[in-house]
Amino acid sequence: MKPLIRIASGQGFWGDLLTAPMAQVSNGPIDYLVMDYLAEVTMSILQKQKNRDPRMGYARDLVLLMRDLLPACIEKNIRIITNGGGVNPIACSDAICEMAGSLGVRALKVGVVLGDDILDRIDDLQKDGHALKNMETGEPLDNIRGRIQSANAYFGAGPIVEALRQGAQIVITGRTTDTGLTLAPMMYEFGWKHDDWDKLAAGTVAGHILECGGQASGGNFMADWRSVPDLAHLGFPIAEAYPNGDIVLTKHESLGGMVTLQTVKEQLLYEIGNPREYITPDCVADFTTIRLAQEGRDRVRMTGVKGRPATEFYKVSMSYLDGYTAFGTLTYSWPEALQKAQKADEILRIRLKDLGVKFDEVRTEYLGVNSSHGHLAPMNSDYNEVVMRVGVRGRDREAVERFGMELAPLILTGPPSVTGFAGGRPRPSEVISYWPALITKNAVRHEVITRTL
Amino acid sequence: MKVQLLRICHGRSGDKGDTANIGLIAREEKFYPLIERVVTADRVKEYFGAMVLGPVERFELPNLWALNFLLHNALGGGGTKSLKNDAQGKTLAAALLRMEIDVPEGMMDGHV
Repeated sequence: MKPLIRIASGQGFWGDLLTAPMAQVSNGPIDYLVMDYLAEVTMSILQKQKNRDPRMGYARDLVLLMRDLLPACIEKNIRIITNGGGVNPIACSDAICEMAGSLGVRALKVGVVLGDDILDRIDDLQKDGHALKNMETGEPLDNIRGRIQSANAYFGAGPIVEALRQGAQIVITGRTTDTGLTLAPMMYEFGWKHDDWDKLAAGTVAGHILECGGQASGGNFMADWRSVPDLAHLGFPIAEAYPNGDIVLTKHESLGGMVTLQTVKEQLLYEIGNPREYITPDCVADFTTIRLAQEGRDRVRMTGVKGRPATEFYKVSMSYLDGYTAFGTLTYSWPEALQKAQKADEILRIRLKDLGVKFDEVRTEYLGVNSSHGHLAPMNSDYNEVVMRVGVRGRDREAVERFGMELAPLILTGPPSVTGFAGGRPRPSEVISYWPALITKNAVRHEVITRTL
Repeated sequence: MKVQLLRICHGRSGDKGDTANIGLIAREEKFYPLIERVVTADRVKEYFGAMVLGPVERFELPNLWALNFLLHNALGGGGTKSLKNDAQGKTLAAALLRMEIDVPEGMMDGHV
């Protein structure tokens, strides 16, 4: 058994810093590179792409990154784990294999995790008694049945561990939890059992710290953003994992950023919900048991994490169409910037009312004044400039489109000294809402395929 | 004396659907019992007023000198449905750090 393994975060979301993964590979020793691509909104975008072209539906960025990553990772024996397969992991692995072939790579073993996509099985599952009702509101699935765009169960680390055991150097999954990507190599390397709850919880918490990339190593750092060295070359976090479940959070010395108690704590609390019950398919982690200690520069040791048994359910996330939105902005300058923006909003609303177009919501915010903090923000007496941002939402696409035609006319038919309309008319975009549900684990089977190039 | 939370705490916020999640962390261990006593769920609910339509829940993490708040129905529907510029509540931790609390005399000695 290795005395320790180093797991490096390469991407924290689809759209993250593209230079980060290669920086992790080039600037110091790592054993695994994990790249998290999937948020709920990402799944629905990928599903739309797959509907248009059955060869699409995965993070294309990933394939482009592989051009540099593959040769370097093969040379250094670094394994890559990613959920960038989105709603089409097979097509993703095809594209990566094609890329590898064009680079002259030989004997590459790629593992693919399948089975999380249950879109085509919903009717059968319902017939078998799986209600898939909304786990937050209790509403029946029939309320949205015809509008569902994607439906995926969240897998944990298990299927990735299988792929690693089969010798996969790259593991591509669909909807796997962000935390499972990081936990899997620890289970595989150290032989952690599926019911060793404390160790699984430690690996899960490490996964939570890594899942947002640079946000754990100095990015978006509230405590003291000025003190973070060289954010331009921010080094993403690395989890140094030990067989006993200890984890040291660190980063490559030659890159920017920093790993301190404060940077780690901010990420630990990010979107955790109830800290005593951080539920994943692998375990239930208790964040109130975490012990942190700064043991050196850019080295934070995490110990003591307690876990409880996993639940018998997978979480399922479905996306469904829920109307349309459009947004537009206009910029008003001094003098009386805010008053003029408010007048423009008033005029706009009268015109929309005259047209008889109806919306579920019209919201106007004044950027630079109080769009972020509302009534908590103290008001100035005379702003230099104010951006009026108007958004509308409704089921009627034509009404939302009509709104987009009413913004530009305000420039010549409303209050003066207004600018910032270079982007053209606001276009309607689809609202994708989420339907969280639970399903018993035995109703969803994962499948692991390994292919050798 | 009145002290803005920003001086003694830091934090981070984000979303879970239409629920905003705000982590509030004491900068030093000595400030944790103070914020645990003073920054209650009720006080945070009252502070945000009309910005939060649902209840506010609070969880304590003394091991991290931290409190975690869930502000329900606070993001205009959440996700792609929300019309807010800050649809994910990313700036709400900063909004909470604007809060002023009473700090006992002497506790801020040596702090700028």
